[in-house]
Amino acid sequence: MPGKSITVALAGNPNSGKSTIFNNLTGTRQKVGNWPGVTVEKKEGHLKANGYEITVVDLPGTYSLTAYSIEEIVARNFILDEKPDVVVGIIDASNLERNLYLATQLRELDTKVIFVLNMADLARERGAKIDAAKLSELLDVPVVFTVGNRNQGTQELLKTIISVAEAEIDLPRTRRVYYGKDIEKAINELSEFIRKKSSAELPYHIRWIAIKLLENDRIVKERVLQSANPQGEAILQEAELKREHLREFFDEEPEIVMTDHRYGFIAGIIKEVLKTVSKQRVDVSRQIDQVLTNRLLGLPIFVFFIWAMFQLTFSLGAYPMDWIDVGVGWLGESTGQVLPESIFRDLIVDGVIAGVGSVAIFLPNILILFFCIALFEDTGYMARAAFLMDKVMHLIGLHGKSFIPMLMGFGCNAPAIMATRTLESEKDRILTILINPLMSCSARLPVYVLLAGTFFGAKAGNAIFSIYALGIILAISVGRLFRLTLLRGKVAPFVMELPPYRVPMFKGLLIHMWDRSKIFLKKIGGVILIGSVIVWFLSAFPKQAKFSRDYEAEIALISARYGASIATAQGDLVGRLVSERDEAISALEILQAREKVERSYIGRLGKVLSPVFAPIGMDWRGSVAVLTGFVAKEIVVSTMGVLYAAGADEHEKTEALKLSLKKSAMTPLSAYAMMAFVLIYVPCLATVAVIRRETNSWKWTLFSITYSSTLAWLVAFLIYQGGKVVGLA
Amino acid sequence: MDLSELKEGQTATVVRVGGDGPFRRRLVEMGFLRGTDVYVEKYAPLRDPIELILKGYHVSLRMDEAARIQVENVRDRR
Repeated sequence: MPGKSITVALAGNPNSGKSTIFNNLTGTRQKVGNWPGVTVEKKEGHLKANGYEITVVDLPGTYSLTAYSIEEIVARNFILDEKPDVVVGIIDASNLERNLYLATQLRELDTKVIFVLNMADLARERGAKIDAAKLSELLDVPVVFTVGNRNQGTQELLKTIISVAEAEIDLPRTRRVYYGKDIEKAINELSEFIRKKSSAELPYHIRWIAIKLLENDRIVKERVLQSANPQGEAILQEAELKREHLREFFDEEPEIVMTDHRYGFIAGIIKEVLKTVSKQRVDVSRQIDQVLTNRLLGLPIFVFFIWAMFQLTFSLGAYPMDWIDVGVGWLGESTGQVLPESIFRDLIVDGVIAGVGSVAIFLPNILILFFCIALFEDTGYMARAAFLMDKVMHLIGLHGKSFIPMLMGFGCNAPAIMATRTLESEKDRILTILINPLMSCSARLPVYVLLAGTFFGAKAGNAIFSIYALGIILAISVGRLFRLTLLRGKVAPFVMELPPYRVPMFKGLLIHMWDRSKIFLKKIGGVILIGSVIVWFLSAFPKQAKFSRDYEAEIALISARYGASIATAQGDLVGRLVSERDEAISALEILQAREKVERSYIGRLGKVLSPVFAPIGMDWRGSVAVLTGFVAKEIVVSTMGVLYAAGADEHEKTEALKLSLKKSAMTPLSAYAMMAFVLIYVPCLATVAVIRRETNSWKWTLFSITYSSTLAWLVAFLIYQGGKVVGLA
Repeated sequence: MDLSELKEGQTATVVRVGGDGPFRRRLVEMGFLRGTDVYVEKYAPLRDPIELILKGYHVSLRMDEAARIQVENVRDRR
């Protein structure tokens, strides 16, 4: 039956277990997008129950419903403007008092509300017993118990959602926060004033508008001005008068007094519903923090965790990487055999399979890295990381929370930059976005692995580590510089909850990991696919008609010459002659392929640009590789594969590439300069697109591109020329 | 006395939250109300920020933010 649909909004404090409840309700049928016009993540899920199509919207986690942050405004506007059928307020039962603060505000919005007491088991362990029936009665709202991480109570919640959605409830209800005689008087008078003044329909119900106006809520003020025109001005003036009066009376801002009253109301509820059993159990979370945020051990343990994360990512990831490498090789070869020789075959095998394959290989790394980050987040360790690192981040003029997106930058800058949304101050956000690409993302790693693996042998690990360190040092210096020049201003307040540690749900970890890895996969399917095809086209065309030598004839000559001797030879000599012949032919083939690339469009482009790159130790092939890397940094490797190892037909192209790199003019010094350049220069296309979206400004996007390229060249120049001066070849 | 002057393991009662508009309100909404007891759990390894317990939950503040909260009735242990 069509039309039987319910929209449910989940609201709650950060760390209240909201996303677990969301996952329990909707499973994997989730859609992650953006709230229109702002850069806050919107999660939506769908399910069917009792013949209803239920849409669950996960509102951003907030502590309140003021107009303090974008998250709060988004959550509030969704409830007020989209009018979901039911609002579910998730309350962390083990942190009842502060969680009820948001809950009372949800009640004030006068929509259909259900309260979920989540993690009641934890509360009970701590010796707290909550009387749900009493709470339900006092607030005049249905209350459901759940234990999110054991998936308990989900069905009951679903049943309640449906019955509340079906029920006809008279709104507004009677039980609400009482703000005390004087404020109540002001609310009533202002409500009456609004009722008289505005003939037109007001967007929200009047008591709420009056309360918000007395609290000086800027968004509600704007709305009133728009909708109660031409009386809006008069209403705002009246509200300001009342505020003035209250301020004088209380010698305090009215909104502070009102907050006081809300907490007073909550204290009354707590007294009735919460029975604290006197036995004080050991607080496990506090015990853990005795170690993890310990003055002496905290930072070393943190460094160890980060180190372990990268170890896990790269050593455990090496196995599936090998499988993918072999798989891609096999796929390319068998496709090459199946398809008839044509430009189309070249496009598929050399363009699509080789290009995408060289990137797909990093999928294991990315999955493991994002799994680790999800683990940090879901256990509650991320907040500790911010706690430990705030002082350090503060040096750059950033918030400890900026550490989280910076850390994620090591995985992939695109989602990391999206994660800057958790920052409340716009300046903090832009600064974090600008320096984020200096956190070397995993896509750049293959370039380092190739170059360091080729030129630094056993010291490759140290070389790569130093590049990561260089990125961090640059981020700090550049961050400070920007903070002092372009983005001057106060650092955002820190106020951050340190939630109790939780055992994460495996399913939740997988969902979080998958949400982010999807971005990478989309890159493979989109930008990288297109980029690979473009690079292939540029290097395969124009189809070479004339070479400097007639390779075909020379090859024919060699095989004819050897053919005669092989026919007459005997014993071991046959084998020796055959391999001698093959070697001579493949040497010629490599030369031919190289000349072909040299005369291709991309080769010409590289040669035009080579004067720019020569001072930093890169030849035309390096310049071309770096140019193509703008599409995606991983492509640097595949381009080098084409340009250096062209002609090699082994399965393991990497080995061939390393060999020809060693034979080329490249030295350890120029390789290191190139690594530094790849670290710093323009982030990839996908990241640039995200920067554009998150800063919502072309100015900042262009600035990011320009400053990074300039800095990259300067640093590479210093390394290469400086190295030559001190005698490193 | 300011909250930032307390030592680890001390408890005090909030008198007043200073500072400017939205930030001040946020602190009050997070539970820093007049008459609320705040316990100093620990200082971060680099001495900043500070971890506090109030209303049964843990929250961290920078030292200069904690300095805006006036407290009284300082006592050892909770």
